[in-house]
Amino acid sequence: MNSLESYLVISSILFSLGIFGIVTRRNAIAILMGIELILNSANINFVAFNRFGGMQKLDGHIFTIFVIVLAAAEAAVALAIIINLFKNAGSVDVDEANTLKG
Amino acid sequence: MDNSTLFALLILFLPFTAFLYQLFFGNKLGPQTHFVSLGIMAVVLALSLGFFFQLFDYHLTDPILDVSGEWFSTGAFTLELGFYIDKVTVIMLMVVSLISFLVHLYSTAYMKDDSRYSRYFSFLGLFTFSMNGIVLSNSLIMMYLFWELVGLSSYLLIGFWFEKNSAANACKKAFLTNRVGDIGMFIGMLLIFFTVGTFSINGITDAVASGAFEGNMQLLSIAGILVFMGAVGKSAQFPLHIWLPDAMEGPTPVSALIHAATMVAAGVYMTVRIFPFLTPDALQFVAVIGGITALGAAIIAITQMDIKAVLAYSTISQLGYMIMALGVGAYQAGFFHLVTHAMFKACLFLCSGSVIHAMHHSLHHLDDHHTDPQDMSNMGGLRSKMPITYTAMLISTLAISGVPFFSGFLSKDAILAGTLSYYHAHHGWTIFLPIAGFGAAMMTAFYMFRLIFKTFHGDPNKKVIHEHIHESPLAMTAPLIILSVLSLAVVFTLPYINPLDGYGWLTHAVGTGVHVAGLDMNHVNEGIHHAHYDAMNISLIVVIIGILVSSLFYFFKKINVEKLAGVMNLIGLYSLSKNKFYIDTIYNTLLYKPFMWFSKLASIIDWDIYDQKIVDAWGWITIKISVKSGEADYNWLDQKIVDGFGKFANYFGNELRATQSGVVQNYLMGGIVGLVAIILIFQQF
Repeated sequence: MNSLESYLVISSILFSLGIFGIVTRRNAIAILMGIELILNSANINFVAFNRFGGMQKLDGHIFTIFVIVLAAAEAAVALAIIINLFKNAGSVDVDEANTLKG
Repeated sequence: MDNSTLFALLILFLPFTAFLYQLFFGNKLGPQTHFVSLGIMAVVLALSLGFFFQLFDYHLTDPILDVSGEWFSTGAFTLELGFYIDKVTVIMLMVVSLISFLVHLYSTAYMKDDSRYSRYFSFLGLFTFSMNGIVLSNSLIMMYLFWELVGLSSYLLIGFWFEKNSAANACKKAFLTNRVGDIGMFIGMLLIFFTVGTFSINGITDAVASGAFEGNMQLLSIAGILVFMGAVGKSAQFPLHIWLPDAMEGPTPVSALIHAATMVAAGVYMTVRIFPFLTPDALQFVAVIGGITALGAAIIAITQMDIKAVLAYSTISQLGYMIMALGVGAYQAGFFHLVTHAMFKACLFLCSGSVIHAMHHSLHHLDDHHTDPQDMSNMGGLRSKMPITYTAMLISTLAISGVPFFSGFLSKDAILAGTLSYYHAHHGWTIFLPIAGFGAAMMTAFYMFRLIFKTFHGDPNKKVIHEHIHESPLAMTAPLIILSVLSLAVVFTLPYINPLDGYGWLTHAVGTGVHVAGLDMNHVNEGIHHAHYDAMNISLIVVIIGILVSSLFYFFKKINVEKLAGVMNLIGLYSLSKNKFYIDTIYNTLLYKPFMWFSKLASIIDWDIYDQKIVDAWGWITIKISVKSGEADYNWLDQKIVDGFGKFANYFGNELRATQSGVVQNYLMGGIVGLVAIILIFQQF
């Protein structure tokens, strides 16, 4: 548990789960959750490379904090969109939101 | 501009205004339109007379007028046109204006009721303009210009009755035959021009005198002969004489003006002008051509039955005399014969016109449109019916035959003396020239009296026609009277007996001829002077023989003409003469037929082979190739390749449409798959 590979494996598993969630789920909230998973897998990478990459400063940590802040903002905007979608379509299923399709 | 120049310009251009007036306003005055032309010609005649009387002013400078102006110039080459009037010009001008005026007068009666009356007078005006241009010109090039204009007006007048096929053909024949001679003249002019650098006749004479052709006299001989070719064409000399008999298809006054007195004399006049620089060799050629023409045409004239054909051949024969005279160096005699001949031959033609006119009216009265009014075998005994015409014709016949006290005697004797002295000087074959001269003189007397006897004497051959013959009106007889008076020797002899001797007015006016190309004129003139009495005696004898034989044949009818013709025909003589030495036939066989055959061949090659086979084959091949190329274009290029691109795009478009589902997750899926693929691919490197 003390090597870069184990962290990278965990982060790629998380990334893959996130992708899987985004691609397979129809529920908008589940998709949002997938996105959060991807962002967190990236965070793990940042921290892991900072720890094992030989960097003296806390550059990776600072990036991670920025990403968490962005993820919070993104979650707020995305949830607002989803609420509006629910109001208009009566469902949070993304397949229902197809009024722009030709 | 002094008066002489003004008068010369008026003489030249007044007939041209007549031409323009009759052409554009000819129908204004209807049948009175001839008064305009007649008035203009009277003014021209008066102006010419003004020049003519200056001849008798013994203080006169010669030339009277010599002016020229630039026509155009390109670089170093300048072309000048101008007038040259000396005493020869004045006499010639007088002849042209006088005969032109008389013919205009005569035509008012002869051409009356013609449907193209004003056009006839306009053509006469054009002709007089062109003829005056030739007479007045000071350079060969200006002479050539008017020479061609004369050819044109002759063409128009011969073909005046172009409804007749024969007239239409005759005018073409005249024009083309003249063209042959004119080409020679033009080349000759250029040959001279390239050596001496001028077209001016005086300039050429001066240049030759100062030795421009020194050591190169053959070139001058050739150039002279070539220029003389123009005269051969225009003056109907052998071998280009064939157009003149055919030209009788024109109205008879036209024949009198153009084909007897003036235009055909233009060739002689031109030869007079170029005489000073014709070399002795060229002159010998000129003399032989003249001799052949004089004798040959006289032989042909003997057997012709058409009254105008006789006169046409007699004209050719007399022109041959003039040319022969110039050739043997009898310059003065040649020119004098031109003047006397113009008078009596115009008179003869106008008399024949008067006879034809009367015949025509009589036939018209009888409603007979088949009998030929010009055939002498339909005439006979007209003397009692047409006394004025008869008298005028008899006088001019005596003149042309060379009977003493008539003008022809003076000039013809001088020519015969010239040929005789030429033989005395050269011996050998040149005896041909006096033989031709005296022979033609005898035959002239014979055939002219044959014409008189057959037309005016004896019993009428056709009684019905004879009854309706009337004398012609005054407008026609007046010119006859004037011209017959001018055929009397006394008009030309005053104030001395012989106009050609040292004191004669013609010697004073024309001089004895200048020559700069190697002929000693003093020697020639002396020879002529010595031969004069011999020539006179011989010519008197031959003329008397001619007239006697003619009267035995046709007046006393002592000898049966048909029998004699049969006897002569045993060696082909009669038909040789009757058929004009077969010259037309020879030209027909040697020139016309091969040319037509060649044209036909060329046309066959061009049309049947080249056009039909080769050109059309190209067309056929092109059509075939086009069809194939069209098929290939449509079936292959259009249908397969162009449409193929369209179908290809269409097919893949259809296929690709399925991927454009609008489901964002699918796109993302694609993106991730692509990313993974790229990573996997790049991992290999």
